[in-house]
Amino acid sequence: MPVEIDIDHVAKLARLALTEEEKGQMRTQLGLILEHAAKVGEVAADDVEPTAYAIPRSNVLRPDVPEPSIPHEAAMQNAPEAEGGRFKVVRIVDSDA
Amino acid sequence: MTDLCDRTGIELAGMLAAGEITAVELAESSLARVEAVDDRVGAFLTKTPQVALERAAELDAYLSTGAPQSSVAGIPLALKDVLTTNGIRTTAGSKMLETYVPPYDCTAWTRLSGAGSVLIGKTNCDEFAMGSSNENSAFGPVHNPWDLDAVPGGSSGGSAAAVAAGEAVWALGTDTGGSVRQPAALCGVVGLKPTYGLISRYGLIAFASSLDTVGTFTRSTRDAAALLSVLAGKDHRDATSVDTEPRDFTEGIDAGVQGLRVGVVSEGYGEGVHPDVAGSVRAAVERLSGLGAHVGEVSLPHTDYALSAYYLIAPSEASSNLARYDGVRFGYRAEGGTDVEDMMSRTRGAGFGPEVKRRIMLGTYSLSAGYYDAYYGQAQKVRTLIIGDYEAAFANYDVLVSPTSPTTAFKIGERADDLMAMYLSDVFTIPANLAGVPAISIPSGFDGTGLPIGLQFTAPVLGESTLFRAAHALETDLGLDLRPPLLAGV
Amino acid sequence: MAEWETVIGLECHVELNTQTKMFCGCRVGFGAQPNTDVCPVCLGHPGSLPVPNEEAIRRIVIIGLALDCTIAPHSLFHRKNYFYPDMPKNFQISQYDLPICVGGHLDVDLPDGTTKRVGITRVHMEEDTGKTTHGSASGRIHDADSALIDYNRAGTPLVECVSEPDIRSPEEAGAYIRELRATLESLDVSDVRMEEGSLRCDANISLRPAGTEPFGTKVEIKNMNSIRSLERALTYEMSRQQKALENGDAIVQETRHWDEDAGATKSMRSKEEAFDYRYFPEPDIPPLDPDAAWVGDLRADLPERPRARRDRYVREFGLKPVVADVLVGDRVSSVLFEEALGLGADARLAANWVTQDLAGLRNKGATEPNLVTARHVADLVALVAAETVSGQGAKQALEDAFTTGDPIAEIVERRGLTQVSDTGALGAIIDQVLTENPEGVEQFRSGKEGVIGFLVGQVMKGSGGSANPKLAQELLRERLNG
Repeated sequence: MPVEIDIDHVAKLARLALTEEEKGQMRTQLGLILEHAAKVGEVAADDVEPTAYAIPRSNVLRPDVPEPSIPHEAAMQNAPEAEGGRFKVVRIVDSDA
Repeated sequence: MTDLCDRTGIELAGMLAAGEITAVELAESSLARVEAVDDRVGAFLTKTPQVALERAAELDAYLSTGAPQSSVAGIPLALKDVLTTNGIRTTAGSKMLETYVPPYDCTAWTRLSGAGSVLIGKTNCDEFAMGSSNENSAFGPVHNPWDLDAVPGGSSGGSAAAVAAGEAVWALGTDTGGSVRQPAALCGVVGLKPTYGLISRYGLIAFASSLDTVGTFTRSTRDAAALLSVLAGKDHRDATSVDTEPRDFTEGIDAGVQGLRVGVVSEGYGEGVHPDVAGSVRAAVERLSGLGAHVGEVSLPHTDYALSAYYLIAPSEASSNLARYDGVRFGYRAEGGTDVEDMMSRTRGAGFGPEVKRRIMLGTYSLSAGYYDAYYGQAQKVRTLIIGDYEAAFANYDVLVSPTSPTTAFKIGERADDLMAMYLSDVFTIPANLAGVPAISIPSGFDGTGLPIGLQFTAPVLGESTLFRAAHALETDLGLDLRPPLLAGV
Repeated sequence: MAEWETVIGLECHVELNTQTKMFCGCRVGFGAQPNTDVCPVCLGHPGSLPVPNEEAIRRIVIIGLALDCTIAPHSLFHRKNYFYPDMPKNFQISQYDLPICVGGHLDVDLPDGTTKRVGITRVHMEEDTGKTTHGSASGRIHDADSALIDYNRAGTPLVECVSEPDIRSPEEAGAYIRELRATLESLDVSDVRMEEGSLRCDANISLRPAGTEPFGTKVEIKNMNSIRSLERALTYEMSRQQKALENGDAIVQETRHWDEDAGATKSMRSKEEAFDYRYFPEPDIPPLDPDAAWVGDLRADLPERPRARRDRYVREFGLKPVVADVLVGDRVSSVLFEEALGLGADARLAANWVTQDLAGLRNKGATEPNLVTARHVADLVALVAAETVSGQGAKQALEDAFTTGDPIAEIVERRGLTQVSDTGALGAIIDQVLTENPEGVEQFRSGKEGVIGFLVGQVMKGSGGSANPKLAQELLRERLNG
């Protein structure tokens, strides 16, 4: 059975403004994909350990030695909007983060 | 007529070293081919003729001193446009990065560039490497040099097509679920996806970090080995890069398959595999047997579940990796945002294409509270089972064989409305990404309409030498003519 | 009316003052100009990758050990996903269910003489965000029509230390933070300045009827920039919650902002959606599996805990507890003090000079280098003890040493700071003082002997501070009585 998804909630979490048409398509398509994807529940038993890293490694660290930063101009070069050497955005309403 | 740019990298390196040709002549040959065919193929998003010619001239000056050269020096190269290049626009095939100019080079290009490689341009691809047909590029499709109405495969379709059409002698792509091997198969070239971490991912615009690998497109297995020799190795900027000593992967490539244990993956002949593809792979296996390999059949029982796991893991990681495209520091910003959250949502809604949005939504959902265990958590367990499948198979076999893709190149637009069919294109390539093992696709023949078929060899972690040995032996034995019809009139 | 018990847990963020950021080679706290200590990694550019700083990992492990935590043999970084413009990747690399340090405690001495053990739930590693300036005159988020972002701070190593809800009053909370700060100070891992943001604390606070077990609904309080404001905020919140409960109102689980000027906590606009951070293992960073032998070495090298050190200073050297406290709270002071003792300095004198005059100089000249060494302190204290220089002269010598770094003996010589104990030389100054102050002489002789202090002061002044004040008084009395 296709999976029911609260598209509005997920779109808000993902910060994606979607049109009503897109939401409708998403609902159908994601439902179908997830129905197929849910097959993972059929085989993976409790005694199977999850794998997050294909090649096991550990303790890969970097010495605390400064490296040159990039020039300020390079940092700002792609900025959609800047002011006084800072990136500029429209007002931030929600401070609870 | 065969131009310089139609030869293999190794041949050309020999000619350069012998002083038979200059790097400028070679670059000009490549650039001329781009001029001649790319309006029909559409492989490139950004061409860099100036950069190429300057580099080639520098190299000629250097070569004239008789100094020893890397085998990649002077060879025209194309880079998939998800690999960052300092000062050269890098778009990831997305409107989001249409004007983005990276302030740094990816490590793969740093290494090649340091060895004298000549960059002729950045190639088209599915947006953020998400797709199997190159139809998801924000900048239009790429056309398969074997049939201009057909897709080149994806997501590294531009790189595959460029190499097939002689626009570049070789090219880099990226492979997260088959994005090098599948287009290589569909375009009749050699596509290598090395062991996860063998080539640094630094500067590879991330799709799914635990699966992404840089890979190569070449016109011979030996070329793939030569390129890998320059690319492979530890990078202190990528914590997941494998700690290996530099080595020459072309060594031992001619050893043949005598005594090599070759396991034919039984799932490779299942439903949905085109008979011509199945037939070609069977015939190739016969040849391997004839060359002295011990051939047997082996099962990777969780193959069916790999696709499901992949379509949870990759979108989940992507949903996080692509969060940075928010219109604040770089890239596209939508107009009219009333506050920063609104600005970000509009930017992402308008800057990403449908497939990218679909996968971001899928990944966000899979990771969200209440669903993680059932989706992402389970998918990671399946990953463990897939790794187990390979361990069991490699206990008895040195290398595995399967089709690369269930079908040959399909028509542009043919699968646009059938997501699941599109996703199934990667059924044979995805398991190697989940397990981190290396795999290579080489041309094994043609279907009834003359389109190339790809065969995939898979080896254990860091078993690249075995891959090259097997692939080279088969390639030599097959001796296919891989010049696409497009080039008949060039 | 029911008696209420307050339940407080604290979450403290500590910025490490490593050379470089957590995941890239950019310098920490270096650039004065915005967006100059940045690179593709800490700007979150496409394709960039994080590589953890080994020194930050060493430091969090010693913090964990100093808090008696278990160092996890296997730990992971996770991605905490949420959108905020000061966070370059729109996820924070943090830790989730496998933090590096778990299950410790901190013993805290309370003003009533008792000791309280506060449990430490976990200590984990993460990265800081950039800084946002809101573009309005008021600087208030809600009034601004734009915001400006500087990512110099983005990626600074941040250690989060979460306490158990073991704290029962604002005073205990203050004492806990002081002890935590002293502990971090002794480890030399951070500047630990709350006012400057290198130590930041959020509090969870709830009330429950005394003698009952279940926790009440908790409220999170943010934006407290000093221990004093932490204590004030908690006191305010305690009484706010008590009033609400006694009115029969329910406490809303929410985040409240401490408004220092208003002296009140204020509800922050709550989001419609609950937070859903979608944690998953950070695929770009392999796990941390610290070697047990390495952890053992770090444990063996831990400095003395602040409480033990404080006790020792009081017990062995007879320092006043308040002086011991100041020494322990400042690593530079305690190191100087101990080294000066090693050079034979008198403990009480050394403690006073280090915590008062020298600390004063260091605060005043925060940007100037402090060139005072333990040798300076020991020499100075010896000269003061022998009354070779006056207190006044010693102050001058210290100020001089602070900026020049010259040996004390040389400074005393150069500036003529040796106390004048020569009766002849002093006599001349005294005669002049008596001539210039006939009213003083008159007052003394009429029985108002208190005026002697004024006259001694005049002698000191006349000698440029180099007179031995005891001798000056003796000689004055001789003449006035003679």
